[in-house]
Amino acid sequence: MSFLNHYIYYIGAFGLIFIGLYIVLVKHNLIKVIIGLSIMETGVNLFLISIGYIKGGTAPIFSTPEIEAARMVDPVPQALVLTAIVIGVAVLALALSLAIRLYQHYGTLNLRKIKEQRW
Amino acid sequence: MIFVFLLVLLMLIAAIAASIFKDLISAVIAAALVSLIAAILFYLLQAPDVAMAEAAIGAALVTVVFIIAIRRTKRFEE
Amino acid sequence: MRRIISILLLGIIALGITLSLAKIPFGTPKTKVGRYYIDKGVEETGATNIVTSVVVNYRAFDTLGEVTVLFIAAIGLGAVLTTGRRKKPERKIEPASLVLYTGCRFLFPLILLFGAYIFVHGHLTPGGGFQGGAIVASAFVLTYLGCRERRISERGSKLAESLGGLIFVIVGLVGLAVGGYFLMNFLPKGIPNFLFSAGIIPILYIVIGVKVGSELAGIIDNLIEESE
Repeated sequence: MSFLNHYIYYIGAFGLIFIGLYIVLVKHNLIKVIIGLSIMETGVNLFLISIGYIKGGTAPIFSTPEIEAARMVDPVPQALVLTAIVIGVAVLALALSLAIRLYQHYGTLNLRKIKEQRW
Repeated sequence: MIFVFLLVLLMLIAAIAASIFKDLISAVIAAALVSLIAAILFYLLQAPDVAMAEAAIGAALVTVVFIIAIRRTKRFEE
Repeated sequence: MRRIISILLLGIIALGITLSLAKIPFGTPKTKVGRYYIDKGVEETGATNIVTSVVVNYRAFDTLGEVTVLFIAAIGLGAVLTTGRRKKPERKIEPASLVLYTGCRFLFPLILLFGAYIFVHGHLTPGGGFQGGAIVASAFVLTYLGCRERRISERGSKLAESLGGLIFVIVGLVGLAVGGYFLMNFLPKGIPNFLFSAGIIPILYIVIGVKVGSELAGIIDNLIEESE
């Protein structure tokens, strides 16, 4: 039980990464694959943030003077993830636009029916 | 603590649902639920900046982009 | 067969990742650089939100690169979706219902104001240019859904985007000329926890907010354009 107590955030993050990886590996539909990539990205972000957490910590903002600096959580992973989320949506939109063009060209989104995309 | 357990469980169930649904719009809504719960977890991990970004982008804009793309292609996975 | 191979592969990857990463303890301080930013951040940059001081002061060059990636993705999306130079026929767009139309016209300025508040106060409270920009973009999404005949002008969004990038680089070059390195915080720091403090951080975050907002709105506009 205490193992679960300590690692529940890690379990959530790894669960998301593996479910996303499963979707990417197994599904045939291109849009489903992109949904899997987005779930995977959320999992990686959650993992990075939970690495930076400190037990009983506070957010790294000095909004009132009585907040002490010693108990603040690590700001570096938060800064990295913040930009990663915004880049993620732009890259996702680019991937979806490629999917739309593939559909206009081949008339299907099934990766096993598109000859050049089969593996 | 029980609250966090329930949230993580619900998040994983939503992610599995996103992989099972044949209707792509349902799958996208399930993925948006994953993002929304991840935003709550970010807030509980004392990262309010990231929680705001995830709630505004992961749950809203990503869903809109997906739904526009699905409208321009096919709705059901065969 | 393919599915079995995939699941087997997934199991191997899962085992490897779990074994290597489960050794990271949860809830203990790990990096020294984060400790340094917390201890010296307010004094060196004047911003009370340490995440903001990391994003737009200590790692501002990194942020410039990330904004550039966003810009390139937006350009690439436009290039992929453009199909020749054919003229689009003027289509009659079916108007939304009165309730939707009125509600969206009422909410649009409020959401814009909220987004602007978020990115102006980025150095004091949670929030900043990226979150505020996303909120601004969601206001434009609302007009696409509710007031369908309204469109953002493409030239306006391109102008805001380019101006944002230009001001970011110019502020960085002024820092180079004044103090010797790119993106130096050359303005007075002021008193922490006041709106006019933290030197160039509010300027850069407002610029990032405008740039991200216009880029995301432009992406949605590009995607939605031919679908009607």
